[in-house]
Amino acid sequence: MITATPTQHEPKNYINSDYGIKSWLLTQDHKRIAILYLIVVTAFFFLGGLFAVLIRIELATPAGDLVDSNVYNKLFTMHGIIMVFFFLIPSIPAILGNFLIPLMIGAKDLAFPKINLLSWYIYVAGGVFTLYALMRGGVDTGWTFYTPFSTSYSNSYVIATGLGIFINGFSAILTGLNFIVTIHRMRAPGMTWFRLPLFVWAHYATSMIQVLGTPVIAVTLLLLILERGLHIGIFDPALGGDPVLYQHLFWFYSHPAVYIMILPAMGVVSEIISCFCKKAPFGYSFIAFSSIAIAVFGFLVWGHHLFVSSQSVYAGMVFSMLSYLVAIPSAIKVFNWTSTMYKASVEMSTPMLYAIGFIGLFTIGGLTGLFVAALGIDVHVTDTYFVVAHFHYIMVGGAIMGFLGGIHFWWPKITGRMYADTWSKLSAIIIFVGFNLTFFPQFILGYLGMPRRYHVYPPEFQVFNVLSSAGASILGFGYLLPFCYLLYSLKFGPKAPANPWGAVGLEWQTSSPPISENFEVTPVVTQDAYQYSTREEVKVG
Amino acid sequence: MANHPPETEHSTTHHIVPTRVYYGVFAALLVLTGVTTWIAYIDLGRFNIYVALTIAVIKASLVMLFFMHVRYSSKLTKVIVASGVFWLMIMFLMTMSDLATRGWMRVPGR
Repeated sequence: MITATPTQHEPKNYINSDYGIKSWLLTQDHKRIAILYLIVVTAFFFLGGLFAVLIRIELATPAGDLVDSNVYNKLFTMHGIIMVFFFLIPSIPAILGNFLIPLMIGAKDLAFPKINLLSWYIYVAGGVFTLYALMRGGVDTGWTFYTPFSTSYSNSYVIATGLGIFINGFSAILTGLNFIVTIHRMRAPGMTWFRLPLFVWAHYATSMIQVLGTPVIAVTLLLLILERGLHIGIFDPALGGDPVLYQHLFWFYSHPAVYIMILPAMGVVSEIISCFCKKAPFGYSFIAFSSIAIAVFGFLVWGHHLFVSSQSVYAGMVFSMLSYLVAIPSAIKVFNWTSTMYKASVEMSTPMLYAIGFIGLFTIGGLTGLFVAALGIDVHVTDTYFVVAHFHYIMVGGAIMGFLGGIHFWWPKITGRMYADTWSKLSAIIIFVGFNLTFFPQFILGYLGMPRRYHVYPPEFQVFNVLSSAGASILGFGYLLPFCYLLYSLKFGPKAPANPWGAVGLEWQTSSPPISENFEVTPVVTQDAYQYSTREEVKVG
Repeated sequence: MANHPPETEHSTTHHIVPTRVYYGVFAALLVLTGVTTWIAYIDLGRFNIYVALTIAVIKASLVMLFFMHVRYSSKLTKVIVASGVFWLMIMFLMTMSDLATRGWMRVPGR
């Protein structure tokens, strides 16, 4: 580890450029806003995790001995809502994307700094609504809010929670809009589209989904609120509505939302693998366009969530075939990452461990996605633990591994401090082991027929549930470790140099942490991204 | 190219719209709202929905083109707006493909 030469005066950077709570809460600096997001998103992660802990403790025994059915319904609902809307969706874009996109393209800030700050306040306001609903007793509809239960039967705080998510949606829309405009308009001289880092391409694709899809979930939840509160017939057949219409509208956004979670993680993985293989990614343009393809195809497949609803079988067949299309760009990415590693001198750093973990877990999650996209198999595994395991492999095994990999990769840049190497590698391994022990048994449970969302189950399922709960305790411990050593590093970690990993990319050419303006002078880009070979030659020469 | 794309230059020039255009659009929106209300009292059978939606689409288009300045914006902005409409069409089309084909599978006894 290289330590910066100690100086008498700390050089000015975005952290020490101004002091006081006001300087943070009214900041328009994209880097500071990213830190604001980091703090709140982390708090939501641990809150959502707390619900998961309670769920897994309850499921350690076949009897419902910790909570009753109503409380259990609320536990898994609040776990899902908080993790999906308040952690997974904003995690990488709002934290790493916010911090890094202007740095990566050589800009001073995002295109709309005030809107960027506004998006954080909207996110917090949406969170406050949801926490209010939680404190008043929570909601029990599942994170999917399916009608007619959510509109006509549930006695929980559906309207408050729905409003919280509705408000939160605007935060994602504004972030996506900001990214699209920034990437189009604020690239440094010479930074052409095909010189953009793959992280930026991934965020461009993600922003498209956020801007095009999020309004639909916002309107859908508003319609749900109108029907529940004012009895306007949209989804209730008694009022002239159609409950399956709700599922169409909900999944039109919520399936692409999975790609809002996974695409940025894929961008992170592309950067990490390239850096620690010291090679340009194999097939740059294929990886870049596969992000766009995933975003586009992702909008055409939502009907595979409706195979056992009263959706037409013919529509189901079309949706099933289209779902298989998404496998193509996803596979392109996996093959290209592994091809990048082929014959490279791979450095097994902490971010790289997370990236490799991501590839393995995402592959399992993706392949089991093909199972549930098949009309016949889906009928057997719908609403079982097979589906729970599948989407956790994508959303936890994929998105959170990517998030943690990204946090570890750019932590020196964000904070100017290095973290403990041994502890971080240990935690990456613990998380990988804990994750698989938690979720792999759930594939078997689901295939054997254990339905999701029940807290009482037949005794023959106990062994897999105990394995899963044991894995969850390991996973929880694994998540606490980075929280501790990263916090520790803020005060006691060695100072980070500008480029601790020997990476290429504009963000590594500025100081750690960067100055408020990002660069002393606007950089001029003269070569493609990932020119590791050129860099080596220059070094040797 | 990233420095000075032609579209960027074009879009930075603000088009001054005469106020009479805004008043004209506003008046058109009021008239169309009146037409919507008036026509709601006339039973057109299966065309009720088509007429109502057509008026709504015209009103939305007027707002986008004039109040949101899309008419005077760069090609890039127009493409972005068109993609939003295209995505909406995907949602309608594929949702309706379910509704239109539900009756194709004959259910015994029904």
